[in-house]
Amino acid sequence: MQRLRKLFSITAVRLTILYSLLFGATALGLIFYVTAGTVKILKQQVTVSINEELKELSEIYEELGLNSTISALEVRSRAPGANLYIVSNPAGQILAGNVLDLETGVMNKIGWTYHPFSYTRFDNSKKDELLALARIVELPNGMRLLIGRDIGEPEKFRHLIFNALALALGSMVTLGVLAWFFVGRRILKRVDSVAHSTDRIMSGDRDERLPISGSGDEFDRLSNRLNSMLDRINLLDEGLKQVSDNIAHDLKTPLTRIRNTVEASLVTRNNNSKHREALENVLTESENLIKTFNALLMISQVESGSTTAQMKQQNLSEIIKDIVELYEPAAEEQNFELRSDIASGLIVNGNRELLSQMISNLIDNALKYGKSVDSDQSSIRIEATLSGGNVSVSIADHGAGIPEGANGKVLQRFFRLEQSRSLPGSGLGLALVNAIAKMHFATLTLGDNKPGLNVGINFPSINNSV
Amino acid sequence: MHILIIEDDKQAAEYLVNALDEAGHNVDHAKDGELAFVMCDSSEYDVLVVDRMLPKMDGLSLLKKLRARGDMTPALILSALGQVDDKVEGLRSGGDDYLTKPYAFSELLARIEVLSKRKIVDDADTLISVCDLKLDRLSHKVFRGETKILLQPREFRLLEYLMKNAGKVVTRTMLLEQVWDYHFDPQTNVIDVHISRLRGKIDKEFEFPLLHTIRGKGYILQKDSVD
Repeated sequence: MQRLRKLFSITAVRLTILYSLLFGATALGLIFYVTAGTVKILKQQVTVSINEELKELSEIYEELGLNSTISALEVRSRAPGANLYIVSNPAGQILAGNVLDLETGVMNKIGWTYHPFSYTRFDNSKKDELLALARIVELPNGMRLLIGRDIGEPEKFRHLIFNALALALGSMVTLGVLAWFFVGRRILKRVDSVAHSTDRIMSGDRDERLPISGSGDEFDRLSNRLNSMLDRINLLDEGLKQVSDNIAHDLKTPLTRIRNTVEASLVTRNNNSKHREALENVLTESENLIKTFNALLMISQVESGSTTAQMKQQNLSEIIKDIVELYEPAAEEQNFELRSDIASGLIVNGNRELLSQMISNLIDNALKYGKSVDSDQSSIRIEATLSGGNVSVSIADHGAGIPEGANGKVLQRFFRLEQSRSLPGSGLGLALVNAIAKMHFATLTLGDNKPGLNVGINFPSINNSV
Repeated sequence: MHILIIEDDKQAAEYLVNALDEAGHNVDHAKDGELAFVMCDSSEYDVLVVDRMLPKMDGLSLLKKLRARGDMTPALILSALGQVDDKVEGLRSGGDDYLTKPYAFSELLARIEVLSKRKIVDDADTLISVCDLKLDRLSHKVFRGETKILLQPREFRLLEYLMKNAGKVVTRTMLLEQVWDYHFDPQTNVIDVHISRLRGKIDKEFEFPLLHTIRGKGYILQKDSVD
């Protein structure tokens, strides 16, 4: 029972059964229709030929009388392949004709015989029971005349058609069921092998791939797609693993510092000011940790695109001007000159908060790492222009810049250049800038300002990005 | 100040109740939204501190229901959700301020004080004065005593915010949010320099300073020094 139910749950099996039933019913209907049609046509032929015969005989009878009619019957009944002719008295006793014997009671009713009746021909030595249809008329002198036609041949023909059709349709149904069974079984086998591979992948075998038969059929196409999807997932997974390794490593350091501070402070006895100092240290460290976490979350939120929904047209000129204004006093205090050349009315599609944060991070970086090596007065140049429909922003300093080969790495989370490790920072600033740029479909370039760093952000034309 | 803390986490609630009590406030605690709704009906509070995720009735629904009832008690929403649209949603539901967990207690305290109903300055007042410092919100003119002080537009807004909340501590984050409308923390301490510029204009060359820095917390505008 369980097995049967399982069998029925397979689509191929259910389809097979459904189609067999439908096909069988149609075939049966077809057989009956064809045979019924054949019978009808044959009966019509019989009727027509008997009626014609009767008409000819009655003409002879009217013109020449009964004797001529009977002799005409005699002639006709001897002709090869002749119809049946019987002349009988009112009691049904055969007086003349070419029939030796026939089913009793046939002669009693005037008119058409409704069903084929059996009879034996005069000249038939084999005494076979033959079948015929006939019409019986009453002659003016009370005698009865039967004109009939053998339907043995048509009946055989009908049987033949019925048998042929039944055989053809029966074998078609059988073949169909068999075909369905094998096709279904093959599909089932493929599905099973795919399911098997999926199980293995789910149980941790990352390198397992769905089987490909090489025939290029729809299963292969599907498997190919799924396999490339698995490759992509693996790649993303690798990236994620690397990131979480980084995070684990980079968060361990401040956590260790916190732990050590607390431990050392617990060992120190009765020293309130020392304890206080330790607590303040712990507070600062944990606040930095929270900041790092927030920055990480921010990056992943931006990367996952969950902030994309709030994108709308923004006046980038105003956004940059506001940030420059925010930083201007701080820059001046650190002996930086903020020079800005911002074309007005630059429109991009984006998120004000994130765009502000991007520019802010870049100016932060320039202030931190862009100190001029050979003069007291450093400068940061911020430009925003429209060229060929694209809005491009550049933020350039004259600091040490990024050494060749590290260009790609500085965009990674937690990556910090050797020379900047002593400065405060989390190594997440540029990673966030990169994520925000990507979210805005902007390209980020890190150029050499000779000396210094020139960060360029190229926004797509607003018509294209919408 | 009479404060109602609506927070389901027992430890967090205990910490808040103790710390606010220490700061001299009268604190009640409700552990779910429905209880808070009843408590708001029976007593008068100056500020509500609402956790966003609450059993029975969440923080935003509670605020919506309170506002629908005509209860306009200022509310500070605490939440682990920190995205900009989460904040917008929180403020739309009737919250007056939004703070993301984990937060510094000093930040929370400063925000509660600023939210309190007992505002010194009515939003409708065109003229704000603190001691001998006067600010006209219509003509955008600022005087210290008889001396006219010229301010940049942003400096004017900064001073306006500080004067509106005179006598209360305002944090750097609050200034960034309220004066500049930024919800991120710039790494460079940009606010301090803006304050010191403002201080150069309103305090320098005058008898006594009005704008004070409170180390590790923020700034306060008042006659007397705090330390």
